[in-house]
Amino acid sequence: MASLDRVKVLVLGDSGVGKSSLVHLLCQNQVLGNPSWTVGCSVDVRVQDYKEGTPEEKTYYIELWDVGGSVGSASSVKSTRAVFYNSVNGIILVHDLTNKKSSQNLYRWSLEALNKDSSPTGVIVSNGDYDREQFAENPVPLLLIGTKFDQIPENKRNEVLTRTAFLSEDFNAEEINLCNFNTTFLSLSLQMTGFTDRKRFNFKSLHYD
Amino acid sequence: SSSSSIYFPFYPWQVLFFGFGWLFFMRQLFKDYEVRQYVVQVVFSVTFAFSCTMFELIIFEILGALSSSSRYFHWKLNLYVILLVLIFVVPFYIGYFVVSNIRLLQRQRLLFACMVWFTFMYFFWKLGDPFPILSPKHGILSIEQLISRVGVIGVTLMALLSGFGAVNCPYTYMSYFLRNVTDSDILALERRLLQTMDMIVSKKKRIAMTRRQMYQRGEDQNKQTGFWGMIKSVTSTQTGSENLSLIQQEVDALEELSRQLFLETVDLQATKERIEYSKTFQGKYFNFLGYFFSIYCVWKIFMATINIVFDRVGKTDPVTRGIEITVNYLGIQFDVKFWSQHISFILVGIIIVTSIRGLLITLTKFFCAISSSKSSNVIVLVLAQIMGMYFVSSVLLMRMSMPLEYRSIVTEVLGELQFNFYHRWFDVIFLVSALSSILFLYLAHKQAPEKHMAL
Repeated sequence: MASLDRVKVLVLGDSGVGKSSLVHLLCQNQVLGNPSWTVGCSVDVRVQDYKEGTPEEKTYYIELWDVGGSVGSASSVKSTRAVFYNSVNGIILVHDLTNKKSSQNLYRWSLEALNKDSSPTGVIVSNGDYDREQFAENPVPLLLIGTKFDQIPENKRNEVLTRTAFLSEDFNAEEINLCNFNTTFLSLSLQMTGFTDRKRFNFKSLHYD
Repeated sequence: SSSSSIYFPFYPWQVLFFGFGWLFFMRQLFKDYEVRQYVVQVVFSVTFAFSCTMFELIIFEILGALSSSSRYFHWKLNLYVILLVLIFVVPFYIGYFVVSNIRLLQRQRLLFACMVWFTFMYFFWKLGDPFPILSPKHGILSIEQLISRVGVIGVTLMALLSGFGAVNCPYTYMSYFLRNVTDSDILALERRLLQTMDMIVSKKKRIAMTRRQMYQRGEDQNKQTGFWGMIKSVTSTQTGSENLSLIQQEVDALEELSRQLFLETVDLQATKERIEYSKTFQGKYFNFLGYFFSIYCVWKIFMATINIVFDRVGKTDPVTRGIEITVNYLGIQFDVKFWSQHISFILVGIIIVTSIRGLLITLTKFFCAISSSKSSNVIVLVLAQIMGMYFVSSVLLMRMSMPLEYRSIVTEVLGELQFNFYHRWFDVIFLVSALSSILFLYLAHKQAPEKHMAL
């Protein structure tokens, strides 16, 4: 077995948006049958062939750390959660497209995670308010995922897509919108910019057992 | 009995209460969720508004606002509306939203919601059987039937909350009970938590790699032919999957451990914060209050026991008794009627405000702790139901705290309920709740330091 580098990615978002289902989908290639509340943090691992077929092919383990809870949790919960935010290579922010509050809460989630990141740029926050400047210089790549797109009525879809486009611009992040996990084919392309040498991860179409 | 009837605006107050309920719902309860079903917010605000109106009517009674007949009319109207809400509207919507969440029943939502409501009504009616809450002369379709049952549920809730609150309040306020937690304790636990997570990660990596290898080998094996090829493929996959299930079991155990460690760490962090708070001026003030409340709690438990053992029924309210004592024993003469009115007003006002505030705070804590985006509608409606029943029972029990002349309207409006039964029932449940809380807190307190050693 060739030596495999460690890649740690946080999956953050309000409870009920579908983080556990997403992680399960990415790692087990299966739909999660009965999602239940995540207490603390649940981790799963995906084996990813980077640059498959080329001479630089390397296999990575991507650790997806799914942190449970809500932004309004007690400070004791937040202090405990902070131990999971160390040495993170990327953050996936998940929000529910049918619930505006979950999108708004993503600002607070990212602030919480980035404050704990011991990056050399030293992110400084002024009384917790969102500041776009921070995200511009943020070395940690962000990916925005919106779930339950199929549950939005046809006429509202454009409005929702515009809103999320603004959101991903604010975060300087890439964006993906997901339909119901029961579809037969799902192909994702994940581009993590700024990650040491601009790696592009391609998830091939995932088949369901 | 009271002075001249002063004109008091009545309906603006109801609008105010409705608005307060609306804001409370939006800002406190649903601050992390999106309100999609506005009917839930309306039902909650209406329940809150009509419950508060009952308290307002008691205050009006004491102050002599409006005319006596007009007060009686508003009482009756308010009572009918609130019973309608608590017995028909809220339970029906609870059933409706529960059914909506279940995929199988979703198509025939209305039908199943009605079935749920009829089941609720059946049990609600059956509730009257074991309790001597009605005198036999009441017909089957009288309003007393409904109020009496609502009263039983509400009084039980009040007593449970009151008992637990009486014990928990000094326990949380007093720093005597705070366990000693140092930073190194927390760091040690956090380190263990991260180590456990790392172990989970490495095991999952093994599982992922093994599955991948099995899959790749499976492709190779499909090319293997012959008898020995078949044997080889069967045995190797078997050992492969046996290994996998073993590792998976280890992972499951480790994940359970990680959850426990997480909750432990949260607990320690919370205790550390409380220790820091207790060193501040506010903390010291609350610590002092805690000692005061613990005496009050012991007194209440003692009084409840005396009431039950000696089958005592309180005859006079605290206001009249206080006035009697000052007049007869201290020899101070004053205008009894005037002071009786004002002191009642203040006392009843304090009781009302602290009840409402205490209940809303408890409801918010409860809601934030147990709700999720799917169940938020159901939970907030359940809380509205509890709130309504709680307030109706408060009015019922508050009768005892008021002088006779103000008591009559409550007696008149609520009908001839066995009020003494409700007080006795309150004492019993209060005692049970308080003693169980003491036991529970004692066990939790003792177990905590040992848990750290074991883990």
